[in-house]
Amino acid sequence: MTSTFTRWPVRLASLLACLLFWHLAASSKLNLGLFTFTYVPTPKAVLDAAWQLLTSSSLLAHLTSSLSRVFSGYLVAAVLGVSLGLVIGRSKWAEDTLLPPLEVLRPIPAVAWIPLAILMFPSSELSMVFITFTGALFPILLNTVHGVEAVDPRLVASARSLGAGRYAILREVILPGALPSIVTGLAIGMGTSWFCLVTAEMIAGQFGIGYYTWESYTLQNYPDIIVGMLLIGVLGMGSSALVKRLGALATPWYRLRRGA
Amino acid sequence: MMSSYQQAPEPGRIEARGVSIRLGQGSQAFEAVQALDFTIAPGEFVCILGPSGCGKSTLLGALAGHLLPSSGVLEVDGAPVAGPSPERGMVFQHHTLLPWRSVLDNVAFGLKMQGQGKPERHRRASEMLQLVGLADFAERWPSQLSGGMQQRAEIARVLINRPRLLLMDEPFGALDAQTRSRMQELLLDIWTRIRTTVVFVTHDIDEALFLADRVLVMSPRPGRFIEDLRLSFPRPRRASLLTSAQFTHLKRHCLALLRHEEGRELPRLTPLGLPDTDPPPLRIAL
Repeated sequence: MTSTFTRWPVRLASLLACLLFWHLAASSKLNLGLFTFTYVPTPKAVLDAAWQLLTSSSLLAHLTSSLSRVFSGYLVAAVLGVSLGLVIGRSKWAEDTLLPPLEVLRPIPAVAWIPLAILMFPSSELSMVFITFTGALFPILLNTVHGVEAVDPRLVASARSLGAGRYAILREVILPGALPSIVTGLAIGMGTSWFCLVTAEMIAGQFGIGYYTWESYTLQNYPDIIVGMLLIGVLGMGSSALVKRLGALATPWYRLRRGA
Repeated sequence: MMSSYQQAPEPGRIEARGVSIRLGQGSQAFEAVQALDFTIAPGEFVCILGPSGCGKSTLLGALAGHLLPSSGVLEVDGAPVAGPSPERGMVFQHHTLLPWRSVLDNVAFGLKMQGQGKPERHRRASEMLQLVGLADFAERWPSQLSGGMQQRAEIARVLINRPRLLLMDEPFGALDAQTRSRMQELLLDIWTRIRTTVVFVTHDIDEALFLADRVLVMSPRPGRFIEDLRLSFPRPRRASLLTSAQFTHLKRHCLALLRHEEGRELPRLTPLGLPDTDPPPLRIAL
């Protein structure tokens, strides 16, 4: 336990050092030839912009729209990704029929989905949820498939010898066996879902942190862009940490083995 | 009141006629065991002794129902083995306790599959844990037990189903010598209380001679029985047996039989077929 306490000051110092470098580079308009800090706003300017957003009435609307979009897309992706992953991991036939089309869709970036998402969904709200969904689906799906395939076949054989049927094996052996891997997928998926938020909210008309960031770019409000970026970073980190925490609570035996 | 584990299960009778088992695919395929004929009487403790890779575990896997013979008939109590069943309990070399269940819930697993309620199955699992000396470890995770304790829990988990056949694949092979010898005595002790037919696979001559009523010696690939030894050492057996003159004499005989087959190192086979290949590579998408 003491080691975590002694490590915190170092972590904090690292963050502060980055902040200090940013301040020095931006205020001296550091030009490194290949790239330049000339137009990068200083931390002070960003702080002022953040304060302005914080005290404005629209922050709550931005936050609630973004959170609801990310979480709806994420939830659908989690349910679909885990169930598809279980089926694909368990059945060679499902792997042959379902995985090839999914592998084709996987490398398509969120941005490329925008036109089709607008055409396919009746409301722009649904198109945005769809984009965050595509971001979260594949890490969750592939980690579930991997988790299922990595379950020790001896455990399955043993459970069958003890009288477990198909469904009991899925519930008692496969699902818990794949759970640590599923949790990893869910945590990565949470991050990638936020990752796609700015892309999704390019479609938005009024609210959302991604929309705020994109609008600031078109209006050339540089400090606001960084406020938006940092806000997405912090929210993404926070929700990933939340998923990891819940995952650790759901897999107490696993934490114990790793910690031993 | 009679404890539930004392209600005698009916030991199973095994009959094999011309059993061959093929493993592998296409041109890699080979016969792990070939044309085996044998009978094992109900309640007998039989050790199958043979060098690594000779096919003894393969035969055990077929008895458990994890592998199907490619030819011949393999019957337990007159019915052909068609798949895994709680009546034919299997203990692997390394434990297969579910890491996400407490020791108690692991032992109670078979009863849960029968649809028994929680209070009843926990009561019977506690009794079983008492029998193998793990009463104080019921609430632990399997990973918190030592190797010997894990195997004891594994045995308890299999025996709670009152199997007619207890199939053991080098169950003490991964334990240190002292623990192994204690586990052997414990197994014999349990066996006097829960009579069941035991088929015990090992490559350790001392272990086979110490435990068995009968030792079947197997030659390597394709596996065939080259000796059928009946042992008449009195029971209960204790460690002092290992140094008796008659024991040494039989050991020399077995050594000669196995030495005859030396010089052919084969990869270990498992009751589930060929040894595990490496797990599939991690596919993480970002």
